[in-house]
Amino acid sequence: MDLSNYLLLKPELSLLAVFSLLMLYDLFASDKAKKYYFPIACTLFLVHTVVCFFFQDAGSSFAGMYVTGTAQITIKCILNIGVFIIFLQANEWLSKPESVLKRGEFFLLTLLTLMGMYLMISSGNFLLFYIGLETASLPIAALVAFDKFFHHSAEAGAKFIFNAIFSSAITIFGLSFVYGACGTLYYTDLTTSISASPLIIMGMIFLLSGLCFKISLVPFHLWAADTYQGAPTNVTLYLSTISKGAAVFALMVILYTVFPILAEIWKQMFWLLILLTITIGNLFAIRQKNMKRFLAFSSISQAGYIMLSAFTGTAQGMGATMYYIFVYIFSNAAAFGVISAIENKTGKVNMTDYNGLYKTNPKLSLAMMIAMFSLGGIPPTAGFFSKLFVFMAAMEQGQVVIVFLALLNTVISLYYYLLVVKAMFITPNNTPIETVQTDKYLKTSLVISLAGIVVIGLISCFYEYISTTGFGIIKIG
Amino acid sequence: MGELITSFLSGGPIPMFAYLIVSTLMFFIGVYGFLSRKNMLMVLISIELMLNAADINFAVFNRYLYPEQHEGLFFALFAIGIAAAETAVAIAIIINIYRNVKSIYIDENITEMKN
Repeated sequence: MDLSNYLLLKPELSLLAVFSLLMLYDLFASDKAKKYYFPIACTLFLVHTVVCFFFQDAGSSFAGMYVTGTAQITIKCILNIGVFIIFLQANEWLSKPESVLKRGEFFLLTLLTLMGMYLMISSGNFLLFYIGLETASLPIAALVAFDKFFHHSAEAGAKFIFNAIFSSAITIFGLSFVYGACGTLYYTDLTTSISASPLIIMGMIFLLSGLCFKISLVPFHLWAADTYQGAPTNVTLYLSTISKGAAVFALMVILYTVFPILAEIWKQMFWLLILLTITIGNLFAIRQKNMKRFLAFSSISQAGYIMLSAFTGTAQGMGATMYYIFVYIFSNAAAFGVISAIENKTGKVNMTDYNGLYKTNPKLSLAMMIAMFSLGGIPPTAGFFSKLFVFMAAMEQGQVVIVFLALLNTVISLYYYLLVVKAMFITPNNTPIETVQTDKYLKTSLVISLAGIVVIGLISCFYEYISTTGFGIIKIG
Repeated sequence: MGELITSFLSGGPIPMFAYLIVSTLMFFIGVYGFLSRKNMLMVLISIELMLNAADINFAVFNRYLYPEQHEGLFFALFAIGIAAAETAVAIAIIINIYRNVKSIYIDENITEMKN
């Protein structure tokens, strides 16, 4: 047995080590030692996050089954940072008496889905991609239905799992036609043997629409709002950022390494989907009263912006996509951090509950305001720069009409993001939510995400680094 | 169709498209069941039909078009295993719903969250 194949899998092995250590600790530690479970989990994962930066290998192993390069490593690091912020936010919710027994499961399931996303990102064969996709989506279903005694959580879990299986069935049905026409499942072999025959085009459409379910582009978005609303807040954050980012990256890899010959067909299809996604996501977000549901529709329209640059096909577009995902993780983490801080203490999640929040919780209101500015794209925050790079990448390709329509949508989105700010700062309210005390981990996570929102935009080395690694993705093919 | 029947009656090999007809029918029956059934277990069965249709496709394409390799068969094996895991998770969630509302029908109990 040749063990040298495993040398490229360092990020996966490191994550697996964290996973095993935490599982053993959860199983065998005494009740007294379990008090330190959370700090230990965070420290181990932080070590993994830092170590991942240094695994800059490129190449492929297991006969091309597993492919890695600078782009893959970068996106894995971005996801790691996001998951670390989510872990910090989760402590307050997990320390509640009804969920403290299940604390171990939350970490293990989250790490398991992250493992699936790693495999999905660096797959070089559709078999590994499918296994990664399922490893990423099954534990999420368990996480969504995590609150056993809260009916909405189970309802959201059912909606998620049925849609996940349905979409993966469509995916592999399409894949079977691609296999029938080409006789291989390796990305590199498929690139050369794919032609524009009707069978392959049909297979591709099935495959891509299955994947669009995961990213929740518009005709396939109906599960997203219900699932996001019913899931525990930290899981919603995980779903809307980490899971979406990984799926977009995997879709990008498939489109550019497997189906570059059919680019004319899928590009037209996706321009239409992107426009629909941005517009419908925005219009539905306006009429939402529940904060989590509101952010669900906002994340649907943000997915449209992420895809907008992904389909330019240039290295600049790749860089812009990854940068957008990076910024989006921080902005959403700040918004959900505030929501979960208030929900943990008071159980209120409606927008009207936020009226006059500024009087009692000035710091939380400020954090929420910066997050909303960043999601809407107001200049000093990073959200402005990420939108700018996305539009620049699309303009380079001459997509003037689409960029214009997307810009119009940005104006609409500003309206509803500012509705939240208005509720907190302007709308008078005699009985605002009482002052909320958050624990130190949640505070740390808010500080990290706010620092991220400000610093990533103003200091250009982040974008430069990400955009240079974006070239890696084209080299795969 | 005539070719299929004569080949079947004379004991000859079954042509590939006969299998593909079966798998396509299974897939779309599954889609119909997923969209129309009210019992969650029936929805789950419909999704299983769709997954199995894809597995049949993989096995048939492999056997008839590329008999020298095993890639499609392996994919079908993995897909069967994953489908079993999916079913297990889905049934666990259905049981959870049953405990909460004493019903597994897709009715007003399971559509509380709306726009």
